[in-house]
Amino acid sequence: MAAASLQSVPQPQPGRDTEVLSEADAAGQAYFDRIIAEDSRIEPRDWMPVAYRKTLVRQVSQHAHSEIIGMQPEANWITRAPSLKRKAILMAKVQDEAGHGLYLYSAAETLGTSRDTMTQQLLEGKAKYSSIFNYPARTWADMGAIGWLVDGAAIANQVPLCRASFGPYGRAMVRICKEESFHQRQGFEILLELSHGTPAQRQMAQDAVDRFYAPALMMFGPPDEDSPNSKQSMAWNIKRFSNDELRQRFVGMIAEQVKVLGLTLPDPDLRYDEETGTWIHMDLNWDEFKAVIAGNGPCNAQRMARRREAHENGAWVREAAKAYAEKQAAKHVTIGAA
Amino acid sequence: MSEQTNIWPLWEVFVRSSRGLSHVHAGSLHAPDAAMALRNARDLYTRRNEGVSIWVVPSDAISSSDPDSKGAYFESPQGKDYRHATYYTKSEGVKHL
Repeated sequence: MAAASLQSVPQPQPGRDTEVLSEADAAGQAYFDRIIAEDSRIEPRDWMPVAYRKTLVRQVSQHAHSEIIGMQPEANWITRAPSLKRKAILMAKVQDEAGHGLYLYSAAETLGTSRDTMTQQLLEGKAKYSSIFNYPARTWADMGAIGWLVDGAAIANQVPLCRASFGPYGRAMVRICKEESFHQRQGFEILLELSHGTPAQRQMAQDAVDRFYAPALMMFGPPDEDSPNSKQSMAWNIKRFSNDELRQRFVGMIAEQVKVLGLTLPDPDLRYDEETGTWIHMDLNWDEFKAVIAGNGPCNAQRMARRREAHENGAWVREAAKAYAEKQAAKHVTIGAA
Repeated sequence: MSEQTNIWPLWEVFVRSSRGLSHVHAGSLHAPDAAMALRNARDLYTRRNEGVSIWVVPSDAISSSDPDSKGAYFESPQGKDYRHATYYTKSEGVKHL
């Protein structure tokens, strides 16, 4: 019985489906299959198929990048928030987004890819993040629409991920979902106050909802027939519901909530279909979605430039902290030796 | 960008949620030294009164049981139901036992 270090990151293992598995890999695959069949959890040091690891590194790191880039549209509004209370709330929310990014990077790191590698991928434009953050936040009401619709869609997507088969991902999601509910409520409250304000404020709230409705629905990803990876993710118990299923569920929730706001959703086709028990919404512009993902959204260049700038401006802090730690450690050794 | 990767080591964070309870693993983070790891852990894992005390431990200082041995390492307690009170059924109905 060998004791193992926590940090000895497991190397990607040869679990290629198309080739004959070695005896150890076959045993690993059987164990993995049993855990998935029991709807139990895979932990970092367990054997796992190469494709499962790869899928998770991609999904969890994209999720982490989204949290980090997602700080920008709201951070831009901290200085312009209408009261000290709203500034404090917005700062807490932006701090949460940073925290969520770090929880997720930690979860992804347990799969054997370092945070620095993932950061490099983002900075070099090789990694994706949620398309929603490439839309501009033009008015204060957008802080409301982002909280209510964008964080709302994120919650609808993330609650089932709390049961994702990969333990560290599920645990990160539990923590994140707890914190996100404050985000959605504060956004709803901003819109509620505006919709009960002056006609101009009410118009500002409606305009924000009009602009964020369709992009928020697209956050659930392409329609099921165009989402080839979904099936495998569901077989692995990473994803629990399809994109379209989650999207229609979310539409149903906001269709009711918008009535409380006294606003409307910009969707002429929106209705509940008694026959299928699902919500029907308008067709979404998937060409726009693809264009934004490909880097051609209104703010892609700005978001990436800002992220690179922040990373470069932080370089001296990272280096100074490291130098200080080394100096302290050296001092400690000298004292110890004396 | 020629920056060295992983310039800060990884730490595991344990949080005591209230007096009388054990520290429980909350997650991990990167930090240059223990003092910074503690500060970062406070900011990252206790933003909502989740803790009254924090431990940080360098990840490479933790030894874990070998994951390859799977169930075998924990086999011995299995089949030893007599270690549990529920094994003893004849006393059912007897009060305070």
